[in-house]
Order: sequence, then C-alpha cells, then structure tokens
Amino acid sequence: MLDIQTPLFEGQDIRLGPIDHDKDPEVESKWTHDYEFMRLMELKPVRPLAPAMVKKGYESLEKEIEEAKNLFYFTIRARADDRLLGKAVLEWIDWSNGNSYLRIGIGSGTDRGRGFGAQALRLLLRFAFAELNLFRVTIVVPEYCQAAIALVRKFGFIEEVRRRKALLRDGRAWDLLSFGLLRSEWDEQAKK
Amino acid sequence: MEGLFEGKLVRLAGIDPEELSKGFARWSRDSEYKRLLDSDPPRLHSPKAIKEWLEKHHDEDLTNSYWFAIRALEDDRLLGDADLTVINWGGREAFVGIGIGEREFWGKGYGTDAMGLILRYAFTELNLRRVSLNVFEFNQRALRSYEKAGFQLEGRQRQFIQREGRRWDLVYMGILREEWLALNGRKAG
Repeated sequence: MLDIQTPLFEGQDIRLGPIDHDKDPEVESKWTHDYEFMRLMELKPVRPLAPAMVKKGYESLEKEIEEAKNLFYFTIRARADDRLLGKAVLEWIDWSNGNSYLRIGIGSGTDRGRGFGAQALRLLLRFAFAELNLFRVTIVVPEYCQAAIALVRKFGFIEEVRRRKALLRDGRAWDLLSFGLLRSEWDEQAKK
Repeated sequence: MEGLFEGKLVRLAGIDPEELSKGFARWSRDSEYKRLLDSDPPRLHSPKAIKEWLEKHHDEDLTNSYWFAIRALEDDRLLGDADLTVINWGGREAFVGIGIGEREFWGKGYGTDAMGLILRYAFTELNLRRVSLNVFEFNQRALRSYEKAGFQLEGRQRQFIQREGRRWDLVYMGILREEWLALNGRKAG
C-alpha cells in the first residue's frame, strides 16, 4: 500500500542516497578497473579512472543534473553501514511524453547476486511511476547480461527492440536489447 | 570516388549555416514537419537563434557527426538535411536522421534517394558496421522510404509518444553492412 509515509529511498538491505564526494571516488575508481563490471554497466569502451577523475566526473554530473533537469542519480548504499554498493540512474527523461531510461549497477562482484539490484530497481520504479508520474521506463542491455535480463523480465519488462549485432566485444558482435515497462503494467503488479 | 555525393534526384552538400538556418526557420513553421521529426514540443526559433545553435553544434562534434545539406539536382535548391552520428567508433555504428523541409518534395523519392547516398557514405567511406534509426509509427511515408532503402524492422518501443490524444510507438530499424553490400551487388571488403 502506497501512502505519503511510504519511504521512497529505503529498501530491505539497501537505501538510495546522495554522492559522498570524499569516500565514493576511491570505491568507484576500483569499479572502473574491473572489466566485468564495466562490460555489464557501460556500452562505451572501458576506460579506467583514477579517484581524482571520478571526483571530477561527480562534479560535472551534479552540474548536468542542475542544468538539464532530466536526470536523477542515486547511489545505492548498505543500510547497515552506508557502504557504497552501486548506482541507480533515471536519465533522458522526456517530461512532455513521460519517457525515461533506467540504469542500475552493483559495483563489486561479491555484492552481486544478493538481491541488492532488485531492491534498488523496485525503489527506482516506484520513484519513476508514483513520484515523477512517468508513463514508461526503458532499459537497454546487451544480450550477454543474462542476470540483468532475468531481473527485468521478473519485474514485467517486455523485450521491445533488438538492435542486431550493435555491440562488438570479445571479438564478436552482440545484439543490444531494449526492454520497456508501462505505468499501467507496473500498476497491475503493484496491486498483486 | 566519383559521384559519392550524387544520386538520381538529389546530391549531398556541405552545410552553410546562414542558408540552412533560414531553411530550418521557414520549415519549422510547418508544424507537420516538426512533429514528424521530433518528440519535443515544437518551438519557433528565429533564424538568428538557429544559426548560433547550428554553428556550435556543427563545430563541436566533427569527428562523430557527419551532417549534410540535401539539394535537388535539377536546380540545386536546398530541400532538407541529413545527419549521420557515430555513437560508438569501437562498434562502428551510427544513427541517421533525415528531414525534407520542402513539402512539395514529400513522397516523390527525394528522401529515399538521399538515404541511399547516406548509406553509401556510411559503409564505403566511414566503414561502419551498421546504421540505425528510429521513426514514429505515424510517419508512414518515412517508414516506407526506409524499407525501400534496405532497413529492417528491429522492434518498437510501445506507446512512446503522446500526440493528438493517443500514444504512438517509436519504431526501430537497422541495416547491417553485409545487408547493404548484398543489396548493392558489392563484395564484402
């Protein structure tokens, strides 16, 4: 049941929070050196970043959020000790048509497969549909990201677009999939 | 290569900011043109504002964006523009956008001819692996033109845009290098 007291940013084991400019750059810098994480999270060629460059990136990100007003960026943190686990982003929001694109990443391999991503996705979808009143959410994911694909299907996302051989990695071409969830579909699930 | 920029009805030419901004300002007053092209609510910018935007946009992304004016072969009249934006050089993929502003040239093969030139440029000059585009489902003329140029349907983002009281899909299409080579009777290389 959703009411005004429902906490928007609290999951069972995680919470959505702001960027910590002092502590986070060190952690995220490690992620950018992890090929496995970057292949799951980014479509552009992997580029390792020193903590100082990550910090600079946060600054330009916050400037973009302020100026463009079509982007929401959250860090995913452990409820127990506020440790940085990942990031959750709603971007390219088109306010007049109610469209948005969603990205979630859990940085460390040892934190993956523990349900943190699912908890963050649940919160971010509720934020998109019940707080921002968006009409639809899109997730773009390479065909080799099996865990992510299984997760979004569980949340009712439907495969809508398959851009054939759009991504070259590990010496072969992979399809790039796009999944969509409409507010009406999310409403149906929320009732269950 | 000779004739890289010349088709049967049109040719691709360089952008002149002064001329194109006047064209955009005039075409944009035709709301159908704007709504076929863009999901943003249409705005009516002055030629001066468009020129400033256009010069900035043209200069800042020369390595990723290949932007052309489309001109009629018969009298060299400016008909519209087309833009090929490489989104990832590692994957050698680009998105293409094309607009014919002069309404009396709609539905007569000018856009399809221009798209043929763009694809030849994409595959023989930029050596891309694939070219993508998206188009609103209510733009039936464009859908037919892209099919003729060789694009395959790759899916549709459901109910993507709201216009005239209902939602419409955003259709995705793509053409792979090997498909273009086969259509144009060329050997892979």
